[in-house]
Amino acid sequence: MTKIKSLDDLRQKKQQLEQNMEIREKSDHPESLVQIKVAMATCGIASGARTVMNALVEKIKKENIAAVVTQTGCMGYCYAEPTVEVKKPGQDPVVFSYVDVKKAEEIVDKYIRNNELLDGILPANYQTI
Amino acid sequence: MNDLALHLLDIVQNSLAAGATYIVVSVDENPRDNVLIISVSDNGRGMSPEQLKKLSDPFFTSRTTRRVGLGVPLLKQTAEQSGGSLQVISEPGKGTCLTARFQYDHLDRPPLGDVANALVLMISANPAVDFAYSYTYNGKTYTVNTMEIREILGDTPLSDLYVMEMIEEMIKENQNDLKVCQIE
Repeated sequence: MTKIKSLDDLRQKKQQLEQNMEIREKSDHPESLVQIKVAMATCGIASGARTVMNALVEKIKKENIAAVVTQTGCMGYCYAEPTVEVKKPGQDPVVFSYVDVKKAEEIVDKYIRNNELLDGILPANYQTI
Repeated sequence: MNDLALHLLDIVQNSLAAGATYIVVSVDENPRDNVLIISVSDNGRGMSPEQLKKLSDPFFTSRTTRRVGLGVPLLKQTAEQSGGSLQVISEPGKGTCLTARFQYDHLDRPPLGDVANALVLMISANPAVDFAYSYTYNGKTYTVNTMEIREILGDTPLSDLYVMEMIEEMIKENQNDLKVCQIE
């Protein structure tokens, strides 16, 4: 694959992108997607939230999962960072603590795919800011 | 924080919390003059002179979830331990500009890290915010902004996984080019 270097290259790739529309069409209706939020305040970032976010993005891309990965602020659980909140359509959000790359993959494989809970769930009695 | 890209990711969260809709991130690597400058400026709500004074106090924060605010103090410490400094200019209602300077060859200066990846994460997670990025290496600059990318991509969101990959690749290629051309 040729490397993208300029905005013109990006323009040329656009068509190819449009062929891959399935996930994007769904993203017009975010309520139908699994919403994954990675806490990315100072505490989260210093504990490795970026690595976790990259791992989640990579995983949902590889396995073609209908999900969006976004960032959120500090939920007050600094000691348990990196934390990841997952909200499946029609369900209450679940917050996972001490997430690393391995656990991020487990969240996708077990919770997102099979609705199976993992260790280290935090009580969701916070307000995201 | 292991690298400066993580600091950028963190400082940008402050801009977002201040309600910014346009954020400019710039990195100026200048081994020739032995200086590295990173800066973030935004059009958020800005800070009052009182808030500005307390900014480097780790026990001051505008958050309600916890009582400490370490982002700016950590960056200040990193800059100062690397023979540099931190400057913040802010005006209520107009925005804030934060600039951190580092001595390029200082032993305690953390590596710059993966700024392209940090940017893509910021861009994809904040679809309502426009970002501009400029990277300068020894005086030569590469700039890109989300307005022009959005114009090209039309309806395709910037948070699309393939778009994220492409933007990251584009930024990295151009940054590497700036360096390679000068080494030759």
